[in-house]
Amino acid sequence: MLIQRASDIPSSEITSEKLYHNRREFIKTASAALGIAAAASIMPGCMSSSASGVGQKKPKGPYDTDEKQTPYEDITTYNNYYEFGIDKGDPAKNSKNFKSKPWTVSVEGMVKKPATYALEDLIKGFTIEDRVYRMRCVEAWSMVIPWMGFPLAELVKRLEPAPSAKYIEFKTLQDPSQMPGQKPTFFGSVLHWPYTESLRLDEAMHPLAFIATGLYGKPLPNQDGAPWRLVTPWKYGFKGVKAIAKIRLTDKQPLTAWMEAAPQEYGFYANVNPQVDHPRWSQASERRIGEFYKRRTLMFNGYAEQVAQLYSGLDLRKNF
Amino acid sequence: MPKLNRWWILKPAVFVASLVPLAWLLWDTYAGNLSPNWLEDFRDRTGIWTLRFLMFTLSVTPLRRITGWASLIRFRRMLGLFAFFYAFVHLVTYVWLDQFFDLNAIYDDVTKRPFIIAGVTSLVLIIPLAITSTKKWIGRLGGKRWQLLHRLIYFSAASGVLHYFWRVKLDVRAPVAYGVLLAILLGIRLLGRAHVSRPQVARVGAEKSVGRL
Repeated sequence: MLIQRASDIPSSEITSEKLYHNRREFIKTASAALGIAAAASIMPGCMSSSASGVGQKKPKGPYDTDEKQTPYEDITTYNNYYEFGIDKGDPAKNSKNFKSKPWTVSVEGMVKKPATYALEDLIKGFTIEDRVYRMRCVEAWSMVIPWMGFPLAELVKRLEPAPSAKYIEFKTLQDPSQMPGQKPTFFGSVLHWPYTESLRLDEAMHPLAFIATGLYGKPLPNQDGAPWRLVTPWKYGFKGVKAIAKIRLTDKQPLTAWMEAAPQEYGFYANVNPQVDHPRWSQASERRIGEFYKRRTLMFNGYAEQVAQLYSGLDLRKNF
Repeated sequence: MPKLNRWWILKPAVFVASLVPLAWLLWDTYAGNLSPNWLEDFRDRTGIWTLRFLMFTLSVTPLRRITGWASLIRFRRMLGLFAFFYAFVHLVTYVWLDQFFDLNAIYDDVTKRPFIIAGVTSLVLIIPLAITSTKKWIGRLGGKRWQLLHRLIYFSAASGVLHYFWRVKLDVRAPVAYGVLLAILLGIRLLGRAHVSRPQVARVGAEKSVGRL
């Protein structure tokens, strides 16, 4: 009998949606994105008492996709994060004891006040918002991920870059004791640590460029880049540098980790482009996790309308 | 103990053992032990097992020489046919799960992408070996020519390793390990060539067909 009654309720209402909204409301009022780890533990209590958000459909933001979201379980057990191992199941397995709090960030280069900041101070007052983005990996698989966080532009403005600054560079934490993948092996390292990524400053200021501090209404799990990570949905997933510990503003194009490892295969821009194949495999189609058939890959991962003008006049075959 | 009995048990045992990787993969698929991208896991694991069975097959001759257990030859054909079997399943996963029978995309891959070309080469090279694996064919070709033909497995294995090497994104440790193993297996043959007689052909001819695929 119980089973029949349960099936009358749309599956979306059973858990995640409600939980998701309550958590989000709570998180927004609590504001501090990094307090969420602590807040999450008292969340079950506020679920029953809080009436706000229950049953309301979440308003779709201008940048959100309404495609079917990839299950939390898949997002958190299948990804690349070489600091925790090469296999896509490794990050979830090997990141359990990673300490993402307290977290300090070194801000360097052409900014008004280069210094080391506590993360919560650096992002204090930012409104945490939701973004449902497509994520296309360079390995030709994709997901739809409901992130939470804030636009990168807000952070860049807060850092007050010098007018001559043209690039923003991010580095992941360097700590082999916590990140076993960073330990040198007999065969050397796969990538040069710490992981480095970069955007042109106008890309960083684009409203789609996002810093995630959570997903599915929960704090960002360690394996997905806790405490904060970059999300640039029109670029291949490897641009999304995780566990950012260093930010540097510069006027010279930085060398990113993948460019350094294989410059003929990975360029600075890494824009999703079905017309420009990876030297070894096709980028024309992708497998959306959870789907049987492959689907066609869209130019700029479907965000062409928003970002194409950033690259007008640029030869995307050369600048891959 | 009469010798025949031992083989009567051992050959089917090796046959069943050779099916374990497939059973294990099917179980993992059914039980949800594969990653969220399980279609690609299926493809990748059948590929790895193809390479492993090629290595097993190529290990028979060196192991015989080192251990002196000449009867090992009785397993060689079966192992080789299993390599072909896993290669075929691997091909099916590519044609079906990856490309969904899109002939244009497959044509594009086969003509443009070195790692696909290497993989296809590896498979194509062992097709004649699978076909001519019977006693009848040994007789038809004659031992010497048959053996010459079956040296194609060296090139098939090398292509397979290259296929793997070109496929991985960056961490080439595993493909390099297979390359080293292959070099050792082929190197032993070169070393042994001068002073060890090669009785395989006669043995294969005399082999009973128990457990043939």
